[in-house]
Amino acid sequence: MNASTEVPVIDQSLLYPSPLKEFWQAFAHNKGAVAGLLFMLLVVFCALFAPWVAPYNPSEQFRDFLLTPPAWLEGGQAQFLLGTDELGRDLLSRLIHGARLSLMIGLASVLMSLIPGILLGLTAGFFPRLLGPSIMRLMDVMLALPSLLLAVAIVAILGPGLINTVIAIAIVSLPAYVRLTRAAVMGELHRDYVTASRLAGAGLLRLMFVTVLPNCMAPLIVQATLSFSSAILDAAALGFLGLGVQPPTPEWGTMLASARDYIERAWWVVSLPGLTILLSVLAINLMGDGLRDALDPKLKNAV
Amino acid sequence: MLSFIARRLGLLIPTFFGVTLLTFALIRLIPGDPVEVMMGERRVDPQMHAEAMERLGLNKPLYAQYLDYIGDLAQGDLGESLRTRTSVWSEFLTLFPATLELSLAALLFAGTLGLTAGVIAALKRGSLFDHGVMGIALTGYSMPIFWWGLLLIMFFSVNLGWTPVSGRIDLLYDIPPVTGFMLIDSLLSDEEGAFVDALQHLILPAVVLGTIPLAVIARMTRSAMLEVLREDYVRTARAKGLSPARVVFVHGLRNALIPVLTVFGLQVGALLAGAVLTETIFSWPGIGKWLIESIGARDYPVVQNGILLIACLVILVNFVVDILYGLANPRIRHQR
Repeated sequence: MNASTEVPVIDQSLLYPSPLKEFWQAFAHNKGAVAGLLFMLLVVFCALFAPWVAPYNPSEQFRDFLLTPPAWLEGGQAQFLLGTDELGRDLLSRLIHGARLSLMIGLASVLMSLIPGILLGLTAGFFPRLLGPSIMRLMDVMLALPSLLLAVAIVAILGPGLINTVIAIAIVSLPAYVRLTRAAVMGELHRDYVTASRLAGAGLLRLMFVTVLPNCMAPLIVQATLSFSSAILDAAALGFLGLGVQPPTPEWGTMLASARDYIERAWWVVSLPGLTILLSVLAINLMGDGLRDALDPKLKNAV
Repeated sequence: MLSFIARRLGLLIPTFFGVTLLTFALIRLIPGDPVEVMMGERRVDPQMHAEAMERLGLNKPLYAQYLDYIGDLAQGDLGESLRTRTSVWSEFLTLFPATLELSLAALLFAGTLGLTAGVIAALKRGSLFDHGVMGIALTGYSMPIFWWGLLLIMFFSVNLGWTPVSGRIDLLYDIPPVTGFMLIDSLLSDEEGAFVDALQHLILPAVVLGTIPLAVIARMTRSAMLEVLREDYVRTARAKGLSPARVVFVHGLRNALIPVLTVFGLQVGALLAGAVLTETIFSWPGIGKWLIESIGARDYPVVQNGILLIACLVILVNFVVDILYGLANPRIRHQR
């Protein structure tokens, strides 16, 4: 048998699109999601390269230019594109440096709640007799308090500041991950592939992390995006209440809090930080919608 | 039905004790010396320190402290404010109607507008109106409401001068608190123009507080309506020749309302959280502002039990919503 039969080479990529490509096609179908992604890419770029992108140091005070309006308005200066605040600091530079802070708070708090949330949710799903219900009761307690109030309570204990803001927001968003993971685990646990892998002798840890967890990721990724945006909102709210990051750090919410007194004279110090918060949160939520449609079509019409 | 209520009540009790544990821990987890933190000074006189520890019960073992705390709660003793020396419970009672009035006004705003917009968007699916409503809803959902409040103040109060900037009513009016609801009290009093003034004070905060619930309700109504309008019974109703309005409102909306009502219930927690921000912006004398001021003043008994009261409120509302949901939908009732 040495007659070599010519096997026609089939380009597999034409038959089935790779998962990544399929995902991108579904995601790109949603124009809002792509717009959100583009805006967030811009924000991330600004945050990463803040010292080079921002025209000035965010805490440098130009004493001769207090409350200068944005450049396109009467009295505006071309050197301060978005105007200056009550201490003569360049607003644009502060917003750019604020992006750094907000993204960092979002990222850190998502990671700090996602990882324990997955671990607790897996545990609750795999031990439904005693451990599961007690974990879920604990989560119910945390859900009894509205998220911002719980965060306020936690900051009231720990004291205000950047790290405590992150901790508070991470604790607040924990229950959602635990519930989602547990629900997904419970759904997967009785599937045939799990039984098969159990019979093949897979240990508990392997079952948890290698067999089941990858199949529960879709709702978790969507939730991570959503809690990223609410982390930015909550951090800004805490900053606004004076319980978050403390001035003079250029955090968006903190900037708004100190701008309150100039509401009658300088609309830009009030409007621009808030607008930045709104646009960022909106962009992330748009992306979250797109991700949800692409990853988890079952949820398409859910709120 | 009774066993359903009993089951839900059974779930309630551990949650309640969990919340007391949380508020109990709150005051004990403060880093550093609690007495020094509360008095706001360092190196308190040792004798005064010991007395304060004694008074706060902080010198006993932890389990005894917790039992004391539960015992006090069972007797309705929520402690007294360090600042005003009045009991936390009576402060809560005087301030709560203000928050309730604001929240109800916000829900009324969000509910009527959200339901209408959601229904129309669902009926005109894919139209410009639909896209517009959904876009606005997503924006509202992403809104930092503390900023939204400032914007509205800047525009309507400062620029146009239409509404007052803060408070519940102008200082000119002397309204005796009968119900605690300013709108009703101002009607009951014989001060002229007081009602209109109270209404003007209420509008902006209610709009701000209602913005996020409005967005959620509009989105939820739309998707629930779309789901229901696809059902066979709607097609049957149309085929029977019922008027479009009857099909939409009686056959459609009534069934779509069930998930929307759940969302209403879930929004209560969000409303109370939003109230903290809204009340701070508009100097609205409710429990949200009270709580934030107490945190600023390190008034720990108020912080501790104020949070406990709010948590109980949320637990209770969710319980009622659960029961209502069970009443409306037998499938929920019989599920384990």
